[in-house]
Amino acid sequence: MSCAVHVKGLSYEYPDGRAALRGVDLHVRHGERVAILGPNGAGKTTLMLHLNGLLRGTGEVEVAGLTVSKRTLRELRARVGLVFQDPDDQLFMPTVGEDVAFGPRNLGLQVATIETRVREALVAVRMEHAAERPPHGLSMGERRRAAIATVLAMAPTLLVLDEPSASLDPRARRELLDVLERLEQTLLLTTHDLPLAAELCERAIVLDAGRVVADGPTDEILADPGLLVAHDLELPAGFDLNRIERRARPGSPQGVGRVLMDP
Amino acid sequence: MAFCQHALEMTGLAGDPASQIHRLDPRAKVLGFLAITLVAVSAPLELWPVHAACMAILAGIVATARVAPRTVWRRARPVLGLVLLVALLVPFVRHGGAAYALGPLTVHEAGLIVLGTVTVKAMIGTLSAILLGATTAFPAVLGALEGLRVPRLLVLIAALMYRYLFVIVEEVGRMRAGLAARGYRPRTGLGAGALGRLAAALFLRTYGRGERVHRAMLARGYDGTMPAATPLAFGRLDAAFVGAVIALLVPLRVAATLL
Repeated sequence: MSCAVHVKGLSYEYPDGRAALRGVDLHVRHGERVAILGPNGAGKTTLMLHLNGLLRGTGEVEVAGLTVSKRTLRELRARVGLVFQDPDDQLFMPTVGEDVAFGPRNLGLQVATIETRVREALVAVRMEHAAERPPHGLSMGERRRAAIATVLAMAPTLLVLDEPSASLDPRARRELLDVLERLEQTLLLTTHDLPLAAELCERAIVLDAGRVVADGPTDEILADPGLLVAHDLELPAGFDLNRIERRARPGSPQGVGRVLMDP
Repeated sequence: MAFCQHALEMTGLAGDPASQIHRLDPRAKVLGFLAITLVAVSAPLELWPVHAACMAILAGIVATARVAPRTVWRRARPVLGLVLLVALLVPFVRHGGAAYALGPLTVHEAGLIVLGTVTVKAMIGTLSAILLGATTAFPAVLGALEGLRVPRLLVLIAALMYRYLFVIVEEVGRMRAGLAARGYRPRTGLGAGALGRLAAALFLRTYGRGERVHRAMLARGYDGTMPAATPLAFGRLDAAFVGAVIALLVPLRVAATLL
């Protein structure tokens, strides 16, 4: 199933009249991994919420061949997996397993299918041991991965993650990266974590003040210090872009080996 | 804060998780404890054998589930303490029946009966709730309620309360730490204003949290009705437990009224 994203001239104002998005154009092909970069308040989260119709601005939004409208909401939410920034917002059921089952149950699947989906989603994020545990007993990294499992269980074709590496320690961040690298879905993630974007995404988009100000290969975007400074982005001190390794997507022509970005 | 965290530690499983009682279907336990409580609450004080039977069954459950009496006592204390504090005043204010002088105060028989009734019924009710909590994980209780056809919206509200209680307790902890880190140490009531603002901030944060949780639920296809959970399996042992409790208490309750 294709899951191209086409956003054309999307504008959105907050209820208090402030403009959050001012004519955003965004086109993502099936299977791409795209990082949406930008300072706080740039409109990254707002853009994300449009992709499965949680917010409705003016302009066109088409995801996986579906135009966002009231009629397509149900279908849309099955195809677009949204992972929110704070996993405590996403994990609301008493146990992780119940939470992962929530989405598939909403889709009206058979009990056996639901069980398979839950198990597979937990395995995909390496949380198969935690099905019976309550979310409040998990570490931040585990909560984040459990939150990803909750949407994987709905078998989305597009995965949208909001600040996936926020407030993770280096080990939890590494584990998250390992999980994300293995996913086959089209991936869209918002982040300030430029090394994460470099390692995971072949393409990056810079969003500032509700507008797309740059769109191109991640290594080119991150190699443009003037662009980064102009939009309050910064690579960690001493960071060497040439040494970043990006693992090839599962199933891509390059196979599963690691590709050096700039050999 | 200290109190909240204390309260949270006092929930959860206790006793031997492999005991017969722990392994019962949660619905059987909900029904059994509900039956005990209803029978006890419906019986007036003069039908004391009914209450004695309820206590005996509960004591049997404590022993079977190997819940330490100390755990029961620690969990019962906050509830019973509050109830008894209020009930103790009743004999002094409720008039009727024989009156007894107690120093400068007068105690009335009608009031004493109320005190006795409240004490006994509160004990049985509290004990039932504590034992249900000690032998059944909270998610299983929720599953049981759903299995017993309690409206799903109510079950969802209970689930959300349970889930976010922990989040809110953490949040309060961080906010208090924030106050303490900046030297907040109220010595007089005048300093309590900051706590009021803390409460207001907490309310706003919780409200914002509610909106975000709702959004996250919608994103996973929630359409206002909670999807059904996986059905539970009600076994022979479960039926035996509920059957035994009802078979013991209901005839006794009826007989006690007739005699």
